[in-house]
Amino acid sequence: MSDIVFHITAIAYLVATFVYIGYLFARKDRLLDAAQYVLMFGFAAHTITIVTRWVAAGRTPATSLHESLTFFSWIVIALYMYLLFKYRQRVLGAFVSPFALLLILSASLLPQEIIPLAPVLESYWLPVHVILAFMGNAFFALAFFLGIMYIIQERYLKKRKLKGLYFILPSLDVLDELNYKCLQYGFPLLTIAIITGAVWSEYAIGSYWDWKPRQIWSLITWFLYAALLHGRLTAGWRGKKAAIFSGVAFMILLASFVIINMISGGAHGLSQ
Amino acid sequence: MNLIIVGLNHKTSPIEIREKLSFPSQTIGEPLKKLTNNFGLNEGVILSTCNRVEVLAITNDMEKGVWQIKRFLSDFHSIPLEKLDEHLYVHLGEDAVKHLFRVGAGLDSMVMGEPQILGQVKDSYGHAVQYNTAGVIVNKLYHKAFQVAKRIRSETKIGESAVSISFAAIELARKIFGDLSGKSCMLIGAGEMAELAAKHLLTNGIREILVANRTYEKAVEMVKGFGGTAIMFREFPHYLKNVDIVIASTGAPNFIIRPDQIHEVMRERKQKPMFFIDISVPRNIDPLVNNIDNCYVYDVDDLQGVVVANLQERSKEAEAAEKIVDEEIEKFYRWIKSLDVVPTIISLRQTCDQIRKAEVQKALTSLNHLSEKDRKVLDAMTSAIVNKILHHPVTHLKKEANKVEGDLYIDTIRKLFDLTIDEEAVKKAQNNED
Repeated sequence: MSDIVFHITAIAYLVATFVYIGYLFARKDRLLDAAQYVLMFGFAAHTITIVTRWVAAGRTPATSLHESLTFFSWIVIALYMYLLFKYRQRVLGAFVSPFALLLILSASLLPQEIIPLAPVLESYWLPVHVILAFMGNAFFALAFFLGIMYIIQERYLKKRKLKGLYFILPSLDVLDELNYKCLQYGFPLLTIAIITGAVWSEYAIGSYWDWKPRQIWSLITWFLYAALLHGRLTAGWRGKKAAIFSGVAFMILLASFVIINMISGGAHGLSQ
Repeated sequence: MNLIIVGLNHKTSPIEIREKLSFPSQTIGEPLKKLTNNFGLNEGVILSTCNRVEVLAITNDMEKGVWQIKRFLSDFHSIPLEKLDEHLYVHLGEDAVKHLFRVGAGLDSMVMGEPQILGQVKDSYGHAVQYNTAGVIVNKLYHKAFQVAKRIRSETKIGESAVSISFAAIELARKIFGDLSGKSCMLIGAGEMAELAAKHLLTNGIREILVANRTYEKAVEMVKGFGGTAIMFREFPHYLKNVDIVIASTGAPNFIIRPDQIHEVMRERKQKPMFFIDISVPRNIDPLVNNIDNCYVYDVDDLQGVVVANLQERSKEAEAAEKIVDEEIEKFYRWIKSLDVVPTIISLRQTCDQIRKAEVQKALTSLNHLSEKDRKVLDAMTSAIVNKILHHPVTHLKKEANKVEGDLYIDTIRKLFDLTIDEEAVKKAQNNED
């Protein structure tokens, strides 16, 4: 049953992505409406997948890479929905939807069996740490897409040849502001995630910090985003520069996430 | 009617050419007089805006007329004709009428349907009247053009969404700044365009407007209208760091805003975006400013881009407007030609009637025995013969006059019957038409 719902989720995201792409070309509001409905439907199915998995495993579904990707993409869409209802920037969905699709498709290719978590890791810290970390990273993902949108829109305005996406993308100010907001949400979440991770590590294996690749990369990411926020606050970094920076930072984050999980097989190599 | 329009616009020429060819309205008398005195054109109107320079003239010889106008443009601005020629378009006769109607209605404008052009066309005609270079045909033509523009404005929605370059600029500003409330703007140069832009900005909730003008009093006068602040022209660079939007429209012949200056300003305002709108020709803002991060510079040419997609949405309206233009051209030509055909018919009838009367008179002198009643019958009969003979030619002439070859028919009839046009009859016919 959970399998079918997972497939429904994937198909819904696939359809939504195609409709979104159609919208980007045709720029007809009806397509955007349709894409949004399909995405919401997919998200509902996605939610069912997460809940059933959670219940079946009896713990936060973020142990295997399949679980992590599925859960992370759910959080990305959830936070996108939050931004959608708060700021009404609907076009962002056209960028987020393919990303969620990519994550779900990757997840579908990975072994899906429920791997038991090492008993030593069983703790209330697990959901706290995982959800905070995923939320922080999801905000960075949204910042990344807002940055891409900014760069596209900025290019149109600089080149002074206004066509295509120019007419549907939000204003530079809105894009920059939202990009900044996402960092402002994401950074504290990442900070607390690192701290709770350390606490959880201390609770489970008796050491706050032991320079595992995952921990090192989180720290690198943390410094990158700290630098970006600092630049924005004090040095007047904004617009394109900030957009590119947040893009690069997210690429590094994504690469480290994928590579580390591939090497260790999930949950920082602690599951076995 | 030998009507010619020679000119160039934003579609056929870059701003670099247009700025060289422009005729300032303050000194328009001189070129107008040259055009009609030295270049042998009967009537002439010069339209010179940021986006177009056009000479409309009436001449006896079309081919020679076109050549004369081209020479006039080249001579007056000391630009070799070879350089100019590729940018010039020529409209003749009906095509020229259509062009004038379209220009007046804003159908040929950069921002389709914008209303400013009509005022500029009216001004150009006003100048021609003032300097006595507008004659009968130009008068008729322009009044018709104004009528057409008015009709299009009231019957289509062409002017509703994008009304002017300043409106297009506001749309751009919204894409850069989002909400304009809380933003401030500086107008450098207190011209009409700048004032219009200021009004648009105010309706979009701009917080503050500064006006700098070479004549300080004019700036003061202008801000009275909308509650801005007038500043001294030489002090405007000090205020740049406080404003988000700069609209330059001075008559300065060189750049008054330069990249090095803006680098400094951007540093001071912590890289907050700036939007520069340069509606002056020649340009006032160095285009290199656009290369600075978070700075956007748009000149008159660039603003065209803003409108491209809107044009598509409005294409239906444009179609309706073009239809009105075609209708009006038809009416105009029918009218012009009927002016010719009506006096021709009157003259034809009069000539034939005179012949008849003379012949009847001659005959009656040798027919003294006829009673009064008989004489009347004779008179009626000859009159009927003339009318019957003329019936077909006249109806045909009336019909053909509105067709392409109408002129040929009229010309032939005139020659065959050796008709001279009675001025009184023409005037009478005109009054009836009006």
